[in-house]
Amino acid sequence: MPPPLNAKPLPVQAAIPLQPLPSSVKSAQKRGFRFRLVRDFRVNRYLYLMILPVVLYYAIFHYAPMYGVQIAFKNYSPGTGMLDSPWVGFQYFREFFNGFYFGRLIRNTLLLSAYDLIFQFTAPILLAFLLNELRNAAFKRVVQTVAYLPYFISLVVVVGLMVDFLARDGLINDVLATFGVERHAYLSEAGWFRTLFVSSGIWQNVGWGTIIYLAAIAGIDPSLYEAAKVDGAGRWKQNLHITLPGIGSTIIILFILQIGSLMSINSDKILLMYNTATYSTADVIGTYVYRKGILEASFSYSAAIGLFNSVINFILLIVANSVSKRVSETKLW
Amino acid sequence: MNHRTAGERLFDIGNNAFMLVLMFVCLYPFWYVLAASFSDPAWIAETRGMIWLPHGLSLESYKAVFNNPIIMTGYLNTLFVVAVGTFVNVLMTALGAYVLSRSHFMMRNPIMFLIVFTMFFNGGLIPNYMVVNGLGLVDNLWALILPVAMNAFNLIIMRTAFQSVPVSLEESARLDGANDFTILFRIVLPLSMPVVAVMILFYGVAHWNSWFNALIYMRDRGHYPLQLILREILISNSTDSMTANSGGNKLQVALTIKYATIIVATGPILILYPYLQKFFVKGVMIGAIKE
Repeated sequence: MPPPLNAKPLPVQAAIPLQPLPSSVKSAQKRGFRFRLVRDFRVNRYLYLMILPVVLYYAIFHYAPMYGVQIAFKNYSPGTGMLDSPWVGFQYFREFFNGFYFGRLIRNTLLLSAYDLIFQFTAPILLAFLLNELRNAAFKRVVQTVAYLPYFISLVVVVGLMVDFLARDGLINDVLATFGVERHAYLSEAGWFRTLFVSSGIWQNVGWGTIIYLAAIAGIDPSLYEAAKVDGAGRWKQNLHITLPGIGSTIIILFILQIGSLMSINSDKILLMYNTATYSTADVIGTYVYRKGILEASFSYSAAIGLFNSVINFILLIVANSVSKRVSETKLW
Repeated sequence: MNHRTAGERLFDIGNNAFMLVLMFVCLYPFWYVLAASFSDPAWIAETRGMIWLPHGLSLESYKAVFNNPIIMTGYLNTLFVVAVGTFVNVLMTALGAYVLSRSHFMMRNPIMFLIVFTMFFNGGLIPNYMVVNGLGLVDNLWALILPVAMNAFNLIIMRTAFQSVPVSLEESARLDGANDFTILFRIVLPLSMPVVAVMILFYGVAHWNSWFNALIYMRDRGHYPLQLILREILISNSTDSMTANSGGNKLQVALTIKYATIIVATGPILILYPYLQKFFVKGVMIGAIKE
C-alpha cells in the first residue's frame, strides 16, 4: 500500500469534527458511535468555552483572595512576596483581640447591626402591611413609586444631603429651632451617630424592602380571606391570622440572611458618615480594616481582622439556618 | 368592604395620612436641592428653613459645575465605567446563566455551588486589594469593572428566567445545526429581554452609584469617577477648586454649587427613574420566586 494515498485524507477527517457545518454532520453520520461521542464532546465544549470566563472570574477575583488570606498568618511584606513571607501563626489575631480598640469595635459593630435588625429589618414588613391596607389602587401605586426612589440614590449623595441638612445652620436645625429646640452639629456628636445611621438607612431602603413582602402577600390564596370574613374576622384579625403566616417563610429567609451579615454592617456608609469626633460609636470592624489595611498598609494585621469577621459571619449564617430548619420548615439550603 | 366599622374608617384615614407624610419625606430633600440649585446664591446664603420655590432664578452654580474640569472628567470616567462595565456584566451573567441552566451539563452543580459559596464567604478587603494590585490594575479604570464583572444574585435571577424558555425551541434550533452560542444569542436572550433590561438597570445603577472601589483603587484624581468627586465636594466640603474661576461671591456660590452638583450627578437617575422602576420591581419578583 502506498502510504501517501492513505496519509492525505487523515488531516481532513480530523478537521471535520471542528467544523460546525451541516455537510460534515451528514457525511459523518455513517461513522456511528465514535462520531456521536466526538459530537457530544463538541456540543459540551461550547458550554465549557462559555463558562470559561465565568470560572476564570470567580477563580481570580473570589478564590484567589481566599487563597491570599493566608497572609493573615504570615508576616507579609510586599517586597518578600506572599509565599516567601514567614509564618507567624495567630500572632495578628492575638494582637487584635488584646488590642486597645477590640472591645469598642465589637460593641459598635454588634450594636449597629442589632439596631439594624430591630428597626431596619422590621420597617419594610410594617410598611408592606400598611400599603396592603390602602383601598385606592392608583394611590397605592403612587406611594410605592415615590417610596422606592431613595433606594436608587447613591450613598455619597445621601450622606452628602445629611451633612448639609444636619449641619448646625442646616435645614433640620432651622426647622427645629422654630420649635425652640437647641441647635446641634448632629454628625459630630457621637451620641447621635447610631440614630442617624439607622434612620437614614430606613429612609433609603424601607420602600424598596416592601417589594418582596408585597409579592408574597399577593401570592396568598384569596379564598382564605373569604373564609375568614365568613367567620367574622375583621381586617386586624385577617392580617394577624392569614397575611402574617402567609409571608412568614419570606420573613424567615430574609432574617437568616440578615443574621449572616450581623458582623458586616455597611461599612461603606460609615466611612462616609463618620469623623474622628464620632469614632467612639461609629468605628466598626470594616472601617478599622480599611484604615489599617489601605491607609496604613498593615496588610497581614488587617487581613487577619477581615478573616475573623468573615468566619464569624459564616458561622452565624450556618447556625441561623440550622436553627430555622429545626424550628420551622424554612431554610436557605 | 362597604360595611366598615368606625375603627376601620379611622385607621384608613390615619393610614392615608401616614402615606402622604412618607411621600413628603421621600421627595422633599430632592425638591429642596432642586429649588436651591436654581436660586440666587446670595438669597440661599441668607435664607433659613424650608424652601418651596427657586428664588431669583440663577444658573450661576450650574455654570461653575460645567466649567469645572474635574467634575467633567469624573462624569466621563463614570460614563465609561457604566457603559463598558454594564456590557461586561450582562455578557458574563448571560454566559453563566445559560450554561448553568443546561440540565445536561455535567459540571453544573459543582460550579453553581462554588459561585453561591462566594455569596456567603469572601477573602476580605485586603486580599482582594492584593489581587487587583498584583494584576497591575491599581489606578486603572478596569479595576472598577473586572473585580465586579458579575454578581451571583443576578446570575440566579437570570438563570431562573432562562429556565422558563421552552426547550422545544432550543431542540429544533439544534436540529438545524445551531450551536450553544447561536442558541443563547439568537433564541434564549431575545426571548428573555425583560430580564436583560432588569440586568442592565441593576448593574448600570450599581456602577453609577459605586464609589468604594474607586476610593481603594484610584490614585490619580483624573481617574476618579463622579461619586468620588461628589464625596470631596459634599462631605469633605472642599469646593475651593471649583469656585476658583467664579469671580467675587465665592462663599455664596460654594453653597449652591453643592446643590447643583447633586442635581447634575443624580439627574440621569431621577429623570429615568419613573420609566425604570417597574423593571426593577420585576427583577426583584423574579429573584423572589427562586429564593
